[in-house]
Amino acid sequence: MSDTHLKNASRRQFLSGAAAVGAGTLAGGAVHAAGDPLIMETQDFAAGLGVGVDETPYGLPIQFEGDVVRRNVEWLTADTISSINFTPIHALDGTITPQGCAFERHHSGAIEMSKDEYRLMIHGLVDEPLIFTYEDLERFPRVTRTFFLECAANTGMEWAGAQLNGAQFTHGMIHNMEYTGVTLRTLLEESGIKPEGKWVYVEGHDASSNGRSIPLEKALDDCMIAFKANGEALRMEHGYPVRLVVPGWEGNMWVKWLRRIEVVENAVESREETSKYTDVLENGIARKWTWVMDAKSVITSPSPQSPIKHGKGPLVITGLAWSGRGAITRVDVSIDGGMSWQEARLAAPGQDMALSRFYLDIDWDGSEMLLQSRAMDSEGYVQPTKTELREVRGLNSIYHNNCIQTWHVKTNGEAENVEVS
Amino acid sequence: APAMAEKMGLGRAALPEEVASWDHDVSPDGTGLPEGSGSVLYGEEVFADACAACHGDFAEGVDNWPKLAGGMGTLDREDPLKTVGSFWPHLSTAWDYVHRSMPFGDAQSLSDDDTYAIVAYILYSNDLVDDDFVLSRENFLEVEMPNADGFILDDRDTTEAHFWKAEPCMSDCKDSVEITMRATVLDVTPDEGESTEDAAL
Repeated sequence: MSDTHLKNASRRQFLSGAAAVGAGTLAGGAVHAAGDPLIMETQDFAAGLGVGVDETPYGLPIQFEGDVVRRNVEWLTADTISSINFTPIHALDGTITPQGCAFERHHSGAIEMSKDEYRLMIHGLVDEPLIFTYEDLERFPRVTRTFFLECAANTGMEWAGAQLNGAQFTHGMIHNMEYTGVTLRTLLEESGIKPEGKWVYVEGHDASSNGRSIPLEKALDDCMIAFKANGEALRMEHGYPVRLVVPGWEGNMWVKWLRRIEVVENAVESREETSKYTDVLENGIARKWTWVMDAKSVITSPSPQSPIKHGKGPLVITGLAWSGRGAITRVDVSIDGGMSWQEARLAAPGQDMALSRFYLDIDWDGSEMLLQSRAMDSEGYVQPTKTELREVRGLNSIYHNNCIQTWHVKTNGEAENVEVS
Repeated sequence: APAMAEKMGLGRAALPEEVASWDHDVSPDGTGLPEGSGSVLYGEEVFADACAACHGDFAEGVDNWPKLAGGMGTLDREDPLKTVGSFWPHLSTAWDYVHRSMPFGDAQSLSDDDTYAIVAYILYSNDLVDDDFVLSRENFLEVEMPNADGFILDDRDTTEAHFWKAEPCMSDCKDSVEITMRATVLDVTPDEGESTEDAAL
């Protein structure tokens, strides 16, 4: 970075106003001799009437937020039915993902089934195989907890290099919701587990079935059968009316439209845990059962889809951090490509296996930056660089890319997805 | 078995017929395989009707649709081709997945015998059996999958132990930084304007 002058923001300089918002044209809207017409003239919305309370029984975001939507990348998959789209994380803040723009991943499309049509079967190595209706499930004692769901393939297109230009595309196979439902333990206790039972095999009502094997220990620990997310019923595309919640583990295991839980002695080694969701190493050997999503973070703004438009001066750097192994304890941010780091501020203490929001307020001097964030979790895990990951895994793992992301912010405020030495 | 709490008495007993109707998973040891059989020759016919439009006449894949055959010996190369023959560890998975979830868009339409035949044809397409081969429940476990030993358990706790480091570097972490790759060179990100219009609320 020899040709670029990078400097850490100085808090003292910021407070003293020495680097004062240089560009007057950018501060507080345009200044006219006769005053700002948005203030000096009566606006229609200040004189006329807005819409009535019967206008929108269930509302969508205001039209000006029309770009805060899920996006797909056509070339990634053969069709849109077994495919993925991306959460607009570059435009969101806080930690809760609005359900309407929370990413989707289907293997045979989002199916439409009613609560009346819903059945859940528990069988196999159990004392009593059982069938539950949706109504039955609502009668069990409930729990409410917030977790992130990250697709195992999130950031997977970036293994070989910087490819997609935006946090939505590089890191948007993720959402974070407050789930309400019943613990899987509660349901398994209802049927009783035989001593030979060591795994549960779970599958969905859809044609793909998405069957996965989960060790009984995890099933009895913190898995949930969820029927509410962020306060309301699950969206169709997220598994309405019932999905599995597998905290901290790869999204593929969060089986949607859950229809069957079979207690078995050995893993089924289904398609989704052999052909897919196995991670090929450099020597051609593949890891299987890489369930946990490791500590990871990304700066959501500034980022390629969220450039700096306000010029020099105060700048909010913000992003998300999460870990499947526990809570986020700290996030460091670098503006010089990892040569030096400063600790960011967490919006709230980290919660186990949930998104954390971080902020770093700097005084941008208008020079180029190479922005990075580095998450640390309660297990002492420090988010690695892509180079460190490649040294262990090579380039063909597809899944579980939790490397440090770099955004190159140019002097004009635009940002680009880059790799650095 | 784990200590169990008192039951709520919710739900009802599942009938054996109901369990049989939904429980179709097949395990690597053959558990779950039904009676039946199918030949490569018959499999070729069924495959041509039900599968070849996407997966090709020889299971080699059409356009961007999955290739089911080929790729032997490519797993340690730059761009590995992972197929049933080159990658899948268990034949049970092929039977189970085809039977429950294929053809794409018309799943659960294949009989047990049809499924045996299609799997036999996929084996043939991967040069793993001869053209007179007949796959059945009886000889199912005799088929050797080339990559059966190609998998290890998640070993991140040991091979990536150095990621668990208490004190990361905070200053003077490296002398210089150079940009080595740029996403805009590839230019494969969807255009912002075009998609925004589609998604207009």
